[in-house]
Amino acid sequence: MTANLRRRKLFSHFFEILCGLAVVIALIPLAMILFYVIKEGAGALNWDFFTKMPKPVGETGGGMANAIVGTLILISIGALFAVPVGGICGVHLAEYPSTKFSSVVRFAADVLNGVPSIVVGIFAYGLLVMPVKRFSAIAGGVALGLLMIPIVVRTTEELLRLVPGGLREGALALGARRSRAVFGVIVPAALPGILTGILVAIARVAGETAPLLFTALGNRFWSTSLTQPISSLTMQVYAYANSPYDDWHRQAWAGAFLLVMIILTLSIAARLAVRRLERMNRP
Amino acid sequence: MITLVLEPEPKAATSQAATSMNDDTKISVRDFDFFYGAAKVLHGISLDIPARKVTALIGPSGCGKSTFIRSINRMNDIIPEARASGTIAIDGRDVYRGDTDVVELRRRVGMVFQKSNPFPKSIYDNVAYGLRIGGMRNKRQLDDIIERSLTRAALWHEVKDRLQASALALSGGQQQRLCIARALAVDPEILLMDEPASALDPIATSKIEELIYELKDNYTIVIVTHNMQQAARVSDRTAFFMLGRVVEYAETNAIFMNPKEKMTEDYVTGRFG
Repeated sequence: MTANLRRRKLFSHFFEILCGLAVVIALIPLAMILFYVIKEGAGALNWDFFTKMPKPVGETGGGMANAIVGTLILISIGALFAVPVGGICGVHLAEYPSTKFSSVVRFAADVLNGVPSIVVGIFAYGLLVMPVKRFSAIAGGVALGLLMIPIVVRTTEELLRLVPGGLREGALALGARRSRAVFGVIVPAALPGILTGILVAIARVAGETAPLLFTALGNRFWSTSLTQPISSLTMQVYAYANSPYDDWHRQAWAGAFLLVMIILTLSIAARLAVRRLERMNRP
Repeated sequence: MITLVLEPEPKAATSQAATSMNDDTKISVRDFDFFYGAAKVLHGISLDIPARKVTALIGPSGCGKSTFIRSINRMNDIIPEARASGTIAIDGRDVYRGDTDVVELRRRVGMVFQKSNPFPKSIYDNVAYGLRIGGMRNKRQLDDIIERSLTRAALWHEVKDRLQASALALSGGQQQRLCIARALAVDPEILLMDEPASALDPIATSKIEELIYELKDNYTIVIVTHNMQQAARVSDRTAFFMLGRVVEYAETNAIFMNPKEKMTEDYVTGRFG
């Protein structure tokens, strides 16, 4: 009996150590990425980086103002496209969870979530670049939007389902029609959570490069036109990191650092919003 | 004046009961069955609920009291695969008739739930909710009704200085009174209360009970409760439910002092349940 117990204890210890080891292995790359990006990037980041345009080859200094603005424009187009479509899909899934149509929508969202981003880029290229024979911010934004849709759909659905059922009953018992209860009470109650989903989706696509190479193309000059090629932080980092110039490497690190900080901030904001929603849910 | 309904009577007897229904009857229930899918949870419920009185529904957990009270304003409609047969007539009109507008029905029949469920909005917006979905936009009119409703729910003095604060900041008892005010604001004729005090402490509970006592002059109140002292304190009539049937329905005094059925006596004296 005691031998049996000892064996079980040993077994338990073994797996505890195994689990701990797995966690460490998973965290090492994250820690190293953060370490290098901060070490190389934080120092390279300065005011010029935000306000100045890229300098011609050979000159040092300058910044990525055009790429920062480009990223903001691309993400805005993507969100403008993905939030209504994904949000409404999410409401449908939460309201009619077990219909045949809903399971098809849910499956489609999961498949779209798994499609490699470069494929989405090629799709947007075929749809929006080929016909007009011009790379554009719109094509890039739509490609990012397609990547955001499944995330917005699934988070909206899940967070609407977190809303206590009593709220729906309360609204219906006061004579609200279902649509009124959903859009007047349930969706507003889940709004912090839905915004979180949008933030997570933005964080996800802010770091995308591949789908933009075929669509937004990149641009070394200042452009805010939606029908012209536009730059993004990721593409600029890609171009600069591949260059032979030390100063461009330094700026690529600064761009990478900025991207990581944006994504980190969005993720933390998302976490806080979810926590607030959960607190409301407690009995 | 004692109405006593035991097992579902044969058809002839119930139709006679229907004709002998006196003018004070607000809700008249006849041979009402209710099913969740294949499971029958209410068996031939027949009882007359008087106007402007408090009727308590008591009985052990799972006996069908909540299902029954939620059938009166058709809240069970939102449950898939739920089905009802028989009639529940309010002022002589069956709410299960095909042409009943459930929205209209629920404005006439307010409901307060076991777990208080204020919307995550301001106190003001909570009480205004039913009025606004009814199309009321006039600010002064809204202000008036909100003050009156909160006063009736004995909450006005506690919240009058912070009407724009979140309803979620109120205590449990205050939240429940807010839900009562919210139900009263649309001026219903009937108020259904499904264990309204079961999650509250004794002080908050006694406030709700006083409130029920005040409200019965103007409203027909049906209350589900697990607490027999509460039923004895607040109600005029009591129906004892057991396994989906009404075992006994009579004046509250009679149910507690002089029950006709052995099962009722065992339950109210605490021998089971």
